[in-house]
Amino acid sequence: MLRRRDFAAALAAAAGLAAAALVAPQIVRAGGPRVLRIKARKFEFTPREIVLKRGEPVVLELESLDRRHGFELPSFGLKGEFVPGEITRIAFTPDRAGRFGFNCNIFCGDGHDDMEGDLVVTE
Amino acid sequence: MNRDFDRRQFLKLAGLGGAVFASGLAGGVRAATAPAADFFFVQLTDTHWGYKGPANPEAANTLKRAVAAVNALEATPDFIVFTGDLTHTTDDGKERRKRLAEFRDIIGSLKVKTVRFIPGEHDASLDRGEAFQEFFGATHHTFDHKGVHFVALDNVSDPTGAIGEAQLKWLAADLAQLDRNQEIVVLAHRPLFDLYPQWDWATKDGAAAVKLLEPYANVTVFYGHIHQEHHHMTGRIAHHAATSLIFPQPAPGSQPKRTPVPWDAAAPFKGLGFRQVGAKAGSTALAVKEVALKA
Repeated sequence: MLRRRDFAAALAAAAGLAAAALVAPQIVRAGGPRVLRIKARKFEFTPREIVLKRGEPVVLELESLDRRHGFELPSFGLKGEFVPGEITRIAFTPDRAGRFGFNCNIFCGDGHDDMEGDLVVTE
Repeated sequence: MNRDFDRRQFLKLAGLGGAVFASGLAGGVRAATAPAADFFFVQLTDTHWGYKGPANPEAANTLKRAVAAVNALEATPDFIVFTGDLTHTTDDGKERRKRLAEFRDIIGSLKVKTVRFIPGEHDASLDRGEAFQEFFGATHHTFDHKGVHFVALDNVSDPTGAIGEAQLKWLAADLAQLDRNQEIVVLAHRPLFDLYPQWDWATKDGAAAVKLLEPYANVTVFYGHIHQEHHHMTGRIAHHAATSLIFPQPAPGSQPKRTPVPWDAAAPFKGLGFRQVGAKAGSTALAVKEVALKA
């Protein structure tokens, strides 16, 4: 969970996982990491497939278009939340190549089990 | 498996023909903390009443078949537990209550009248268990039966799939009253360990519950959610998932997506069933028998 109130805990949890949380938009400055917005609505992520380069720092921005959804990328220990009216930001540098699944981990209805996506990390 | 245990004798006494799972310390006998008498119970799970889809074209009849199959068992179980996803989810609260009412009516035909329930995320995650509680009471509770202590946990009313701090405190207080050798059976919907988080097959704070249970020598967890039989150990705690009564799911990570195993018209109801669990007086071993639903 990487919302403001959980910032300290999330940052601590992310240490050692090559991941950290950014909660203030001004932290992402011009020339900084690439920003990639992921939108969630019942029962899909847009984009459904995210392509990144290994070693490239990015900031994932999570935006909900309807209700609360979850974001979990277990292979990298990343968790976040799509909250209506808020943008949740996750700073992340993939340290290995491959295809890794992410999913919604907040039950959101009949299509919840289908709410999945893939992170593709290229060399 | 406890090698000192007389398996044949136990199976005979338990009245079951399944595998024996010995929990806990060598010897398998702790007269003061193990069952005081032989008994068995039935676990049914993931009935998803209200589901309509190609994964089970017989969905309107499957629960009724299961009830008939339990009623037809040679021996009568002491009680029955439903470990969640009694109904299939709906955004409409009125429809959710209709499904819960229909489910309750159908299982009212069970000959065994002592029936325990915990919710699954399909029953409870969209309204934090409000409708479920109207029909079946508290979403977590404890009870004792013939010397075995049962703890029914709710890891679904929080839509993030967490038990939550309040319930963990309640669990800690309950366990604090028990002898460390007490036979304990935990009922839950989601796995308490990270079985496969990529498919949401985990409990967010399940590790905290397992940590509370670890000091106890004889703990067995029965759960559902993953729609298949699965057996796993965390330390000395045994975790057993049961088959569903709607459609099977693929083995964890065995395919890219978590799509149901397709309905096999040549073998209808394949992969569906329920479970019998037998306890023997004076022993901490449990006999587990999976019962397939017949066409």
